[in-house]
Amino acid sequence: MNIILISLITLGVIGALAALILFFVAKKFYVFEDPRIDEVEAALPAANCGGCGYPGCRGFADACVKADDLDGLFCPVGGADTMSKVAAILGKTASAAEPTVAVVRCNGSCENRVRTNQYDGVKSCKVAHNLYGGDTGCSYGCLGLGDCEVSCKFDALYINPETMLPEIDEDKCTSCGACVKACPKLLIELRRKGPKSRRIYVSCMNKDKGAVNKKVCSVACIGCSKCFKVCPFEAITMGNNLAFIDSEKCRLCRKCVDECPTSAITELNFPPKKPKVEVAETSEKEN
Amino acid sequence: MKTFKIGGIHPNDNKFSAGKRILPVALPKQVIIPLAAYLGAPSVAVVEKGEKVKAGQLVGKANGFVSSNVHSSVSGKVVKIEPALDASGYKRMSVFIDVEGDEWMEGIDRSTEIIRECRLTKEEIIQKIHDAGIVGLGGATFPAHVKLTPPPGKKAEVLVINAVECEPYLTCDHQLMMEHTEEILIGISILMKALQVERTVIGIENNKKDAIELFKNRIQARSFDGIEVVALKVQYPQGGEKQLIDAAIGRQVPSGALPIEVGAVVQNVGTVFAIYEAVQKNKPLIERVVTITGKSLLNPGNYMVRIGTPLANVVELAGGMPADTGKIIGGGPMMGRALMSLDIPTAKGSAGVLFMAEDEARRKEMKNCIRCAKCVSVCPMGLEPFLLMAQGEREMWPEMENDRVMDCIECGSCSYTCPANRPLLDYIRQGKFTVSGIIRNRKTPNP
Repeated sequence: MNIILISLITLGVIGALAALILFFVAKKFYVFEDPRIDEVEAALPAANCGGCGYPGCRGFADACVKADDLDGLFCPVGGADTMSKVAAILGKTASAAEPTVAVVRCNGSCENRVRTNQYDGVKSCKVAHNLYGGDTGCSYGCLGLGDCEVSCKFDALYINPETMLPEIDEDKCTSCGACVKACPKLLIELRRKGPKSRRIYVSCMNKDKGAVNKKVCSVACIGCSKCFKVCPFEAITMGNNLAFIDSEKCRLCRKCVDECPTSAITELNFPPKKPKVEVAETSEKEN
Repeated sequence: MKTFKIGGIHPNDNKFSAGKRILPVALPKQVIIPLAAYLGAPSVAVVEKGEKVKAGQLVGKANGFVSSNVHSSVSGKVVKIEPALDASGYKRMSVFIDVEGDEWMEGIDRSTEIIRECRLTKEEIIQKIHDAGIVGLGGATFPAHVKLTPPPGKKAEVLVINAVECEPYLTCDHQLMMEHTEEILIGISILMKALQVERTVIGIENNKKDAIELFKNRIQARSFDGIEVVALKVQYPQGGEKQLIDAAIGRQVPSGALPIEVGAVVQNVGTVFAIYEAVQKNKPLIERVVTITGKSLLNPGNYMVRIGTPLANVVELAGGMPADTGKIIGGGPMMGRALMSLDIPTAKGSAGVLFMAEDEARRKEMKNCIRCAKCVSVCPMGLEPFLLMAQGEREMWPEMENDRVMDCIECGSCSYTCPANRPLLDYIRQGKFTVSGIIRNRKTPNP
């Protein structure tokens, strides 16, 4: 009985002492944390993808609370909705950024681009890229080993086994930019989603001269400048034997798509093509 | 018998082309001369499309100190200057020359007469080596004049000649030593003068007993002072610079340092021969010995090939590509690179072309690491390859740097020995590439 009593008292005293110390330490070293950080974090999608450029959602919430205004801060996963919620919590105005989506600028499928050798090393684009130009004649194109697939946290990107090219599920893509960083050939671009998700882009990154790259890939951009000349909106620029379409200036008239001799310009989510004359007319009306 | 102290492996040497005389190769229709087929800054083209050139004429001028001159290996007309696929697996700027006749630049002595006397000063010798575009012919193709110019405050004490040829299959250096012994010894004395050293050690592996004998006899008969031959125990990668210095003169180069730190300068025996020709005969580096070999090749052999000759032309002489070929390797089987086509031109660093059969070439299925530590015990640099690979897979670059990934000489002993067939070197090489980028950025941050 005595032993139980003594141990109870001793433990009680130790407990009380520890509580007292903890109480004073907590007072002394108290760090004020803005409660709004928690609120903002709760409004964020909790994907922790890093697409905003901050380490995880809490890092982004912290940055939002500390910033004077929300310019330049944008959550690509949540989009405009989330940003307006964040703005409401903080009493600031939300930054406007148009939704973007990842596009792969290579169309060198097995059919379009002949394989000249077999790669049997580690299944990693980065390793293969360091080793050599790739298993086709084009050293700028997709290696098809799936570094982007591994990097995608949203299951939005997968390698199509038929074409050996990455395909993007637009509904799932949050444009966090992980795949852009993962691709050693720099083929993936975050592009403006466009009205009704309609987009036109040059699906080639081969900087060689046309005569050289036409031999290795049937859908390579040969840098002929035909699209540049036909574009009524000056949306196309030429450089490095390549055409580039500025998605801000492009009005989706599709003249370049018809003009391209190698079908290197890809159009997405357009209704099926009508005969050529009609297309020209409708595009003018649309504009 | 001497050898290096840490790690090492013993692959089958398969030297099928040993003892085969060096045969000349007929001039091709067109040569492709890469402007950057060596380690360092690419040279700048000094010829134009349509220009007539002679063999030995400068086509690319060195661009900076760690860079090298490039010469035309044939006479003919420049048809284009365009990127062409070379042994690196990428397209690089090259000069295409259509061969017309075989006209050489004046002043180049093409006779077989051996000239021993050299009256040039140290500076003149180094200048001549620089002008002739000589790079290390062992495979790394590092410009030779850079090695002969020690940084201020450092003094070379010993010249080490790399005549090890530890790569299996290759015999080009061995055959060169057998046929041009005297020239090589004169080349060594020229180098000793350029470096102002009194002592030279020639390291030869013991599987080339005839070469060891021949060199010992010649040194004595022709009284070359200060040159000694050391027979080394056969072990791969003895041809690595740091391993050879350890084996031949018993000095250890510290981590991250160059051989000059311990007073040594290493030159490959092929480079020495090229230096002899450049200094005594005014001949720039426009041809080299290439070993064409393989288990099922009809006629493996050693060939004297003009730089820029498409490899297909040389292979034809060796009996053509075997039907069962699964992989073509430029260089030896351990450190060579797989080639994508035989249209690739012979470069200054192409020591050989190896044809591997399909079953031999294929990688075996990768299994889990069983922590047997074989890779650790064979690593000649004392690294832990299994750990570096794990870090490489997880992209842990700072940790890799701490674990001395930059010391790796990419000899491939770890991958060779791994019982689980793990692609150790693939990831380590990836780590080296990224870490070297990080180090470069730290020194000169991008604005």
